[in-house]
Amino acid sequence: MTTTTSLDRPAAPQPFQRVSGARKLKDWVATILVGLAFVVAVIPLVWLLVTVITSGYRALMSSAWWTHSLKGVLPEEFAGGVYHAIIGSLLQSLVCAVIAVPVGVLAAIYLVEYGRGRVARMTTFMVDILSGVPSIVAALFIFALWIGTLGFQQSGFAVSLALVLLMLPVVVRSTEEMLRLVPQELREAAYALGVPKWKTIVRIVLPTAMSGIVTGVMLALARVMGETAPVLVLVGYSRSMNFNIFNGNMTSLPLLIYSELNNPTPAGQLRIWGAALTLIILVMSFNLVAVALSRFSAIKTK
Amino acid sequence: MIGAMSDPLGNSLPARRPTVRRPGDTIFQFLTTASGLAIVLSIVLIGVFLLLKAVPSLAADQANFLLSPNFVTTGGKLAFGIRDLFVVTVLSSVFALVIAMPVAMGIALFLTQYAPRQLARPFAYIVDLLAAVPSVVFGLWGIKVFGPVLEPLERWLNGNLGWFPLFANGNVSISGGGTIFTAGVVLAVMLLPIITSVSREVFQQTPTMQIEGALALGATRWEMIRTTVIPFGRSGYIAASMLGLGRALGETVAVLIILRSAPEPSRISLFDGGYTFASKIASAASEFTEALPTGAYISAGLVLFVLTFVVNAIARWIAGGRVHRP
Repeated sequence: MTTTTSLDRPAAPQPFQRVSGARKLKDWVATILVGLAFVVAVIPLVWLLVTVITSGYRALMSSAWWTHSLKGVLPEEFAGGVYHAIIGSLLQSLVCAVIAVPVGVLAAIYLVEYGRGRVARMTTFMVDILSGVPSIVAALFIFALWIGTLGFQQSGFAVSLALVLLMLPVVVRSTEEMLRLVPQELREAAYALGVPKWKTIVRIVLPTAMSGIVTGVMLALARVMGETAPVLVLVGYSRSMNFNIFNGNMTSLPLLIYSELNNPTPAGQLRIWGAALTLIILVMSFNLVAVALSRFSAIKTK
Repeated sequence: MIGAMSDPLGNSLPARRPTVRRPGDTIFQFLTTASGLAIVLSIVLIGVFLLLKAVPSLAADQANFLLSPNFVTTGGKLAFGIRDLFVVTVLSSVFALVIAMPVAMGIALFLTQYAPRQLARPFAYIVDLLAAVPSVVFGLWGIKVFGPVLEPLERWLNGNLGWFPLFANGNVSISGGGTIFTAGVVLAVMLLPIITSVSREVFQQTPTMQIEGALALGATRWEMIRTTVIPFGRSGYIAASMLGLGRALGETVAVLIILRSAPEPSRISLFDGGYTFASKIASAASEFTEALPTGAYISAGLVLFVLTFVVNAIARWIAGGRVHRP
């Protein structure tokens, strides 16, 4: 009697179970939420960029913007430009790089090529801690050391010193990563030819990793260029040009934005947004150069 | 002894020349080791110098340093405490973290598990662009554009959920949005790229065998993620969030620009104003002329340093050395 029905049934149970509605729904909801999360991140970025561009582009159109300082410009009149602040930003970060890059690269070489045991572990740990030090704490430390204890005046150089502390860990990390990518065979080939270790590092390992190191340095520069906390503590605001990093007030773009915040006039507002746009362009161009460099010259591992 | 060496067959080997130690090697090793130690030294110096400059002011402090909500350093009198700075710092950072953590997890999953291969890289770059926006610009946008937009939401939360302590009336007016709420949301946006980039790296390392195993057993994509990717990446994700927390605790200028200064002590509400450690220090930076008042701010900086040190050390401990910062 049951034979007819059992003949209709497949001989073996189906190998796959259908995905139940509830599971499908959950999967579907998860996909939507995850996609939304990405959109949520893009919204503020686009919103912010659009705001800065639409509010600030008119400032950048004026020819004096790139070639003049704000010397003698009244708060409520829109004239002059941010040449002095661009120069200040560039000078402070370049001097910072001159100190931070050699030390950072050497420290990375130590970690990759020499460092063993407890001292190396401690150094790695401290690099991590240093990259977590807030910029305001770095600024306070330089204030306590350079100005409070050694008795120097506020200057652009003090800012550079604080930026060194913020740039060092970024340089060490990226350089370290690049050096570890250099194939061990290259080093061994050099040793086999009797090349001393230091020469192997300087002539073989570093050149191989060079483009990656430069990329890391550019990214680090982009990061320190936007730092505002150190300039608030360590240098005074000036509306005119100063090429001397060791002496006197020196404006950078973040400092200009912060100082002009107190200026409620339309001219002041335009200056703020214009300076913000200029700063973003500066930082982004460093970023883009870094990305382009890494794209075109990745280390060939084998 | 060297000359007596022989290979397994008993043939004697040529005498090994002792290793030559070249002066270049010695100098170079010294230079690199010194650079490494310079980093260790700088951390030690930061702690020591902040402590040295803070101690005289702490000794002259007429208020309870830990419990007083006031921060008076003018008029020849020192009466400062960090209670409110601590409350505002922790409240804004933790609020930012609560918003940023799920979103960052979603972005990291989207970039590693959902986005098409060719698009994953440009998408990741877009998120990283957020990290390239200077914090002063975030602050500017936060107070001028985003705060006013958030204001109705803040009013609604305050009006309808005001019984909940965090949404109770704060010590500043909500109008304009100069509150911890706004600062927290802006901070959350700033944390996104940090948490995302580290979590992304960890999620990417999930063994393909596990992923394929889960899919072969009939798991849907979400079930596969829940059973393989998330358990594998959990510690890295938590470590990434701690790194983000460290960044939020020390964020200075965005918070300084957004938060309205408060006339009275904190009520531990998201609609408070006031100062964080970092923004308090930055706000007073132009008055750092006399040693004792400056020392008061340096002692606040010391507390912030210790706080971020602890948070970062915990992050590293959780990650167990697997995670590198962006």
